[in-house]
Amino acid sequence: MSAILEMQGITKVFPGVKALDNVNLEVEEGEIHALVGENGAGKSTLMNVLSGVYPHGSYDGVIRFKGEECRFSGIADSEEKGISIIHQELALVPLMSIAENIFLGNERASGGVIDWRETYRRTEGLLARVGLKESPRTLVTDLGLGKQQLVEIAKALSKEVKLLILDEPTSSLNERDSEALLQLLLELKRGGMSAILISHKLNEVVKVADTITVLRDGSTVSTIDCAGGEISEDRIIRDMVGRSMSDRYPKREPRINGVVMEVKDWTVFHPLHVDRKVVNGVNFNVRAGEIVGIAGLMGAGRTELAMSIFGRAYGNSISGEIWLHGKKIDNSTVHRTLSQGICYVTEDRKGYGLILDDTIRHNVPLANLPGIANGVVIDNPRELAVAQDYRAKLRIKTPSVGQKAINLSGGNQQKVVLAKWLFAGPEVLILDEPTRGIDVGAKFEIYSIINDLADAGKGIVMISSEMPELLGMCDRIYVMSEGRFVGELPAADASQEKIMAMILRSGS
Amino acid sequence: MEQQMVNVSAAGPERASAWSFVRNNMREYGILIALIAIMVFFQIVTGGILMRPVNLTNLVLQNSYVVIMALGMLLVIVAGHIDLSVGSVAGFIGGLAAVMMVHWHVPYLLAAVACLLVGALIGMAQGYWIAYFKIPAFIVTLAGMLVFRGLALWLLEGQSVGPFPPTFQLLSSGFVPDIFGGGRFNMLSLVLGIVTAVAFLWANIRSRRHLEESGNVEEPMAFFIGRAAIIAFALVYLGYVMATFRGLPNVLLIMALLIGIYSFLAARTTIGRRIYAVGGNEKAARLSGINTPRLVFLTFANMGMLSALAGLVFAARLNTATPKAGLGFELDVIAAVFIGGASMSGGSGTIIGAVVGAFIMGVMNNGMSILGIGIDMQQMIKGLVLLAAVIFDVYNRSRA
Repeated sequence: MSAILEMQGITKVFPGVKALDNVNLEVEEGEIHALVGENGAGKSTLMNVLSGVYPHGSYDGVIRFKGEECRFSGIADSEEKGISIIHQELALVPLMSIAENIFLGNERASGGVIDWRETYRRTEGLLARVGLKESPRTLVTDLGLGKQQLVEIAKALSKEVKLLILDEPTSSLNERDSEALLQLLLELKRGGMSAILISHKLNEVVKVADTITVLRDGSTVSTIDCAGGEISEDRIIRDMVGRSMSDRYPKREPRINGVVMEVKDWTVFHPLHVDRKVVNGVNFNVRAGEIVGIAGLMGAGRTELAMSIFGRAYGNSISGEIWLHGKKIDNSTVHRTLSQGICYVTEDRKGYGLILDDTIRHNVPLANLPGIANGVVIDNPRELAVAQDYRAKLRIKTPSVGQKAINLSGGNQQKVVLAKWLFAGPEVLILDEPTRGIDVGAKFEIYSIINDLADAGKGIVMISSEMPELLGMCDRIYVMSEGRFVGELPAADASQEKIMAMILRSGS
Repeated sequence: MEQQMVNVSAAGPERASAWSFVRNNMREYGILIALIAIMVFFQIVTGGILMRPVNLTNLVLQNSYVVIMALGMLLVIVAGHIDLSVGSVAGFIGGLAAVMMVHWHVPYLLAAVACLLVGALIGMAQGYWIAYFKIPAFIVTLAGMLVFRGLALWLLEGQSVGPFPPTFQLLSSGFVPDIFGGGRFNMLSLVLGIVTAVAFLWANIRSRRHLEESGNVEEPMAFFIGRAAIIAFALVYLGYVMATFRGLPNVLLIMALLIGIYSFLAARTTIGRRIYAVGGNEKAARLSGINTPRLVFLTFANMGMLSALAGLVFAARLNTATPKAGLGFELDVIAAVFIGGASMSGGSGTIIGAVVGAFIMGVMNNGMSILGIGIDMQQMIKGLVLLAAVIFDVYNRSRA
């Protein structure tokens, strides 16, 4: 085999920070090369150098593609050579059809007039290659995320891609779709395509990668050849964080007391399809000092359940009762719910959790403004003190609380969201995918914060698609499938197999 | 990665921080410097006419209604919306006031209060659809712009109605009586100028001391002193100049009070903070327990009321209500807010910025009129200034 891509001695300096320091990356022809590292390790910067986002001259080092030195001055240059990048945030136009999206900017046309027959014919061929059975005329907005991801790949294939770069392709996919995507990747590899896979999900990396390159703090730490048998995830983690993480979940001795919150016969209908039950007669409770997990596949209705409890922020014709400390409460608005002590940490911190363009200082007290005000007048010194206090307690890494949320890394953003809810003084905290898209080190810190809350006697409800996380953190796990709770397991008895079995049995 | 690094240059941390401070706050300083530069420019090219007491008084009177509406418009724009109907509403309310006072002989105070209430109701009627039915503000207020222009025409039957009772005219043409009774020189004006300057300095020093205690000073001392001194001097000077003419116009007093109240509301109260949050990220604000529809509804109600006040001030100034009153005001008001640094997508902007923006437009109008520049050129120049201000703003943001 020969190398399709060689990147040698890549150094990229931003004002005041060396993002990449003499990085080497070599991708063999026809292999899947995984690139792993914590957030901020330099993966995206390296890929931006490769794809020409940072043009030749703005970095040091040499890029050779198919043996030929490349000096890209923009993305168009690298695409022409056959390098295609699929970003975490998909770049599809929702209200256009699959075919229109695939050939956007690359239209099958003569003299500016689009040849639709040719467009659809070629699209059908491409969709068959990625295993999609949809019509080329289907609008992208009508596809699930998993299928949209496949459309992105089809789009790359339409450009005669030789090297496909996937940045966190499965981060928002459920397990079934992730699996399908990985299978497709293996199939394309057999067809001779090379790929670079950036992922936080190490189990997937281990499954498909031929070689793994680990980046840490802008340098290559190790390159692991997977041909010699199974690579342990712990080995990779050790390289990523630079220390051994013998335990990914902090230890905790649960001290569980009486029931804090009880949800009875909770039923929620879809806000648009008014006769579709999204949550169906759910009963559950959480006790003081307890961490309760809700497992389930994407689309099981977990987020909908949480948001409907939280001030009926989701859904239609909601019925059922919420009891807090033995009293039935009114949760008809978000304000009423949170002032009684139920808080919800969203799964989408950028869209629903933070005011990105505002400072940490202004984000932290947002759910409890009276807590920093005398009457309606904001007490500036108190606000500053509160923000600085949480910055220290949660170890939010930032030069000042005057920093805008948009400038923080994912883990630190999540800590700001947590700070906001801690300051609101919760009795019950519902956490929805609290560690999504966060690197291993920050995950551990978030877990510690959650444990501290439980130890302080709060009731914690944790929704997660990562089963090891639920198994590692929770005292009790409910299993949700298609809007219903189909099982309940004490953590000691739970395993991934048991949970999956419950989900699968419920479907039949 | 997107981490922002602290830039430490070889020139030493002190200079580097001063420089980065200027860069980060280019917008606020830029607009103040722009206003001063424009004033100095016109002062020179008009041969000193611009700053003459009579002209300065005129300048305040001419721009008062734009400033009053800009206060409300800033909140509307910060909340992520827009109001195109303010000119028509002001015109309609002017007409309503004229019909009530001149035709129906309603006492002027009662009529004025009724007009403000009607203004608030108009704002609520528009805000209701925007806040609770999620109809885009652009559409609702575009409709309002046509409806209230039509209503004004209908109400006045296409005629001008006036004159107003003399006491009502005082709203725009009157001056605050000099309680010190000091002959030709109006002591009250000077004293108020000094008092506001001192209050301003005191408030600034106090907030800076708080920052120092917590170790969060970002503005270098020299900048702080320079900025505070310039503004304090401007206040005293304005008071002095006004004193040598006829003293403080009533409108200036109303305007100053409103600017003070709305600055405080926007920057220091929970209501203000919530409005910024709604504009910054409506979904996050809603999930933080903020009643976002009600807040949007209230900003529009407030906008309606301020439009009504502006309509009254304008009518009193012309001493007659015409169906054409307020035509195109919405454009001046919106331009003032954007020149003042508010973001088009909501969530940022300041009251003071909007006021300074309004005065930039006002000084240019006034200065160009003194120079005898035709209305055609004036429109073009104003348009280009608006464009330049927003380009400068976007450029600054993209660099940060």
